[in-house]
Amino acid sequence: MNNSLEYQQKTLLQSLRWQDWLYALIVFAGSIFAYVKYSQYMDIYEVSFLFGAAALASYLGWKWKGLGKLVLAVGIISVFSISLYDGEQAKATQVFLLKFLISSQSAIMWMNVLFVLAMVTYWFAMYKRSDFAGKVASALTWSAVLFGFVGLMVRWYESYLIAPDVGHIPISNLYEVFILFCLITALLYLHYEQKLNTKQLGGFVLLVINAAVGFILWYTFDRQAHNIQPLVPALQSYWMKIHVPANFVGYGAFSLAAMVAAAYLLADKGILASRLPSLDVLDDLMYKSIAVGFAFFTIATILGAMWAAEAWGGYWSWDPKETWALIVWLNYAAWLHLRMVKGLRGPLLAWWSLIGLLITTFAFLGVNMFLSGLHSYGTL
Amino acid sequence: MRFAVSLLSVLGVASIIGTVLKQNEPYENYIIKFGQFWFGLFEKLGLYDVYHSGWFLLILLFLVISTSLCIYRNTPSMLKEWRTFKEHATEKSLNAFSHQETYSTNASTDELKQKLTQFLTAKGFKFKFRTQEDGSELIAAKAGTHQRWGYIFTHVAMVVILFGGLLDGNLPFKIQEMLGYKRIETLDIPESQVPPESRLSIFNPSFRANMTLPEGVSDNVAFVRVRDGYLVQELPFRVALKDFRIEHYATGQPKSFESDLVIIDPDLKEPITKTISVNHPLTYKGIAIYQSDFQDGGTTLNFKVWNLFAPNAETQLLTGAIFQNGVLGEGDEALKVEFNDFRKFNIINMSPDGKGKPQNVGPNITYKLRDNRGQAIEYVNYMQPMQIDGKHYFLSGMRETVQDDFRYLRIPVDNDFGMEGFMNFRATMLDAAKYPEIAQRIARNSIDVKKDPAVKKQFEESVVQLLTVFAKSGYTGVAQVIEKSVPEKEREAVARTYIKMVSVAAFEAYNMSLEANNKPLLPSNGDTESLLRDSLNAFSDIFFFGTPYYLQLEQFEHKEASGLQLTKSPGQKWVYLGSVLLVLGIFSMMYIRERRIWLSLRPGKQQVHFAMASNRKNLDFEKEFNLYREQLRSLIG
Repeated sequence: MNNSLEYQQKTLLQSLRWQDWLYALIVFAGSIFAYVKYSQYMDIYEVSFLFGAAALASYLGWKWKGLGKLVLAVGIISVFSISLYDGEQAKATQVFLLKFLISSQSAIMWMNVLFVLAMVTYWFAMYKRSDFAGKVASALTWSAVLFGFVGLMVRWYESYLIAPDVGHIPISNLYEVFILFCLITALLYLHYEQKLNTKQLGGFVLLVINAAVGFILWYTFDRQAHNIQPLVPALQSYWMKIHVPANFVGYGAFSLAAMVAAAYLLADKGILASRLPSLDVLDDLMYKSIAVGFAFFTIATILGAMWAAEAWGGYWSWDPKETWALIVWLNYAAWLHLRMVKGLRGPLLAWWSLIGLLITTFAFLGVNMFLSGLHSYGTL
Repeated sequence: MRFAVSLLSVLGVASIIGTVLKQNEPYENYIIKFGQFWFGLFEKLGLYDVYHSGWFLLILLFLVISTSLCIYRNTPSMLKEWRTFKEHATEKSLNAFSHQETYSTNASTDELKQKLTQFLTAKGFKFKFRTQEDGSELIAAKAGTHQRWGYIFTHVAMVVILFGGLLDGNLPFKIQEMLGYKRIETLDIPESQVPPESRLSIFNPSFRANMTLPEGVSDNVAFVRVRDGYLVQELPFRVALKDFRIEHYATGQPKSFESDLVIIDPDLKEPITKTISVNHPLTYKGIAIYQSDFQDGGTTLNFKVWNLFAPNAETQLLTGAIFQNGVLGEGDEALKVEFNDFRKFNIINMSPDGKGKPQNVGPNITYKLRDNRGQAIEYVNYMQPMQIDGKHYFLSGMRETVQDDFRYLRIPVDNDFGMEGFMNFRATMLDAAKYPEIAQRIARNSIDVKKDPAVKKQFEESVVQLLTVFAKSGYTGVAQVIEKSVPEKEREAVARTYIKMVSVAAFEAYNMSLEANNKPLLPSNGDTESLLRDSLNAFSDIFFFGTPYYLQLEQFEHKEASGLQLTKSPGQKWVYLGSVLLVLGIFSMMYIRERRIWLSLRPGKQQVHFAMASNRKNLDFEKEFNLYREQLRSLIG
């Protein structure tokens, strides 16, 4: 009888331990606390997002224990940092721990530093074939993500310290979404790193993240973009809280796919082939990543259309950003179509997903730089 | 399908053109940019409004048709795949599978059946039995065949979304225009004079129109911009604007735009009153009303008008309102005043490196002064003095054409932060009757000159002469005199002397004007020097101001107009329905994996044959097959 039960798979709920329930309890307690304390700033949609986010964090934390730990750590450090502020923005430069570690600006700087270190360590680990260095690189990436999220959470709080009417979720301009981009791309990578049990792709993925880090640094020091700006009226909407993150899961996943594609093309030519995972694994990862990206990008575009219908008087205005989102969407739709329906595989798809990153980057950044339109919040 | 994909590619390229070439600009801009020839060609191709051009709509239409055909052709087979267990697979075909395994067993068929169906159920498979011709028992199982719905959903979604989009396009108007029933109006005429063929009735199923309502005004028509003209959209109700408000953050950036609207409709028992703002539209009778922009709604203005060339500081009063005209001067010299725009808040970044915080510099007024030949000069005057390099000035910009940048006259403020100080000084400098006194005052203060009456007289005469020249055209006049009468070598020295003399004269003139107005005199210090320098520069600049009139804004009564957008979009619910289908379709296509398992029980041979297949082979499938193979081995063996 035991024999026959061996193949029985446990459902998610059956596989939960008491720690998992405790985790969910803490997450929900946290959101109830946030609700009690800040409900006057939220409308009904935002309240539902708050609890929706708690449910999502619980579910993801159950599925992926590493993420659960991250959520808890972000929560604890953020709350600690906020308690150090004690309602005064000036404390950011007065209190030692805030000034050097966990004020929003310092935490984001630590994120930048840690991402750079992580990339160097990943490449070192690959070069030396060192498991230990790989683990260190992985830990550095996790820490970077931790600091990045703490930075965003504290920035969120800080924006309310400037003035209650200035306060808003920090995903409202290019500077803030670049941080979000780094974090989401890194998380997607870490997920696959654990799932595929390979640390060899870290160096590649961290390349694109560090390009974004470079941008953040330039934007901070040359343009003072880190200063919190109030929201223009068009952005004052609950839609921003879902439209922007969904979009960046898309951008992050497409970037991840492009970096895997780069690894694929190198391995295909025999370069680093002995160090990298097999072509089949790379190909599969590239596909999964684009699939995730495509699904979220679709949702993000639809959410964007619904927001546009509320803010601009039409769900589709052929605004350059909208049009380029359509082009990106068509591009990956064609990619998936050829792969799934026609069964296409190999270097062609890898080249395509690399070029796809150029198109995506143009939609993300180029449109803001070269074309003008309704989406002009993110101008350089 | 190939046809549909190539259509999609054309659509993509066309869309890119539409983002690179700015759409729906005034046609003059395109002519300037491309020249007459290319302008005409591009216009014929409809490149100025790609997304509403005939060929673009045609592609969309073809796309709908071709996708529909695709659905029509493939759906039956998809549904068949979705339903079938493929229990008719023969032993021979199973043997050809790439993923298969054969196990030997001692168990009875019934026992096996029970064990295997339990296994399949645990793995989420549905199954069906069939006894084959050779007597063996076949279990055909399937899982994830809902994936097939993904295909149907995504393709139906495309059709539904495009259909919704076409409903909201301007296809009905395009057809009527082609047939000659409708045409766009290109002339700027009052709405009531727009002929019926340029009007859209209240039964127009879909539109996107704009309306500008000043505060306290109501209207029941809106305007649809089409190419280089417009159409009048009639509304089934009246919209009135009670109040329009802009709120600002502490930094001066706008925080909210709000309009208090009243909807008046005979169908209503009492009018609907609602405040709309960005992100919070009002929908009535299927028409959504959005806050889209704002402009001046006819602010009334009171000016003090200075005549810059009059040797006195008299002013006249002028009242006017935005979008209205006034007159200055008389006869042939009369100038028409066109009040164009008033802005209550002007957020400007005044820091020299552009990195500081933007600040509000207060109201400004834009107006044109037009002479009787039709030539106009445009001015922009700021009501409050602005701080530049630590000093305060009244700024007035002027330009002759729209392409030019504004050039600014900077009038330094007096001790009371007003411009009277400068204006009185200017009057003194222009009043030839005052020159002898100025000259005497200078002479009195100069030890060298005082002693000798002859020298004193000569000195005073030269001061009067210099002031006469300066009063005619400022520093430029002085420079011309020097160029004409002084040898080149000595010019610099002479110029320095003259400038010194002018500034000493300015000091006396300024103090005389202060004396006359019973104000405290200027001390001689650095601040005074800087004030005199600025005053003399401003005095010199009035000769480049274009007209003699300086309009000092004294009072205003702000009246705003709200820019509303009104849309009727019957396709919206279709687009949303299509979007839901699209998301469902994408998720089922990508995250539901169709797998089939066949287990053939061969009682005679004491064997179980396991075969597995998927319509998409990938790593997950390989892993799953390997897992099942081992689990089945321990189950059966």
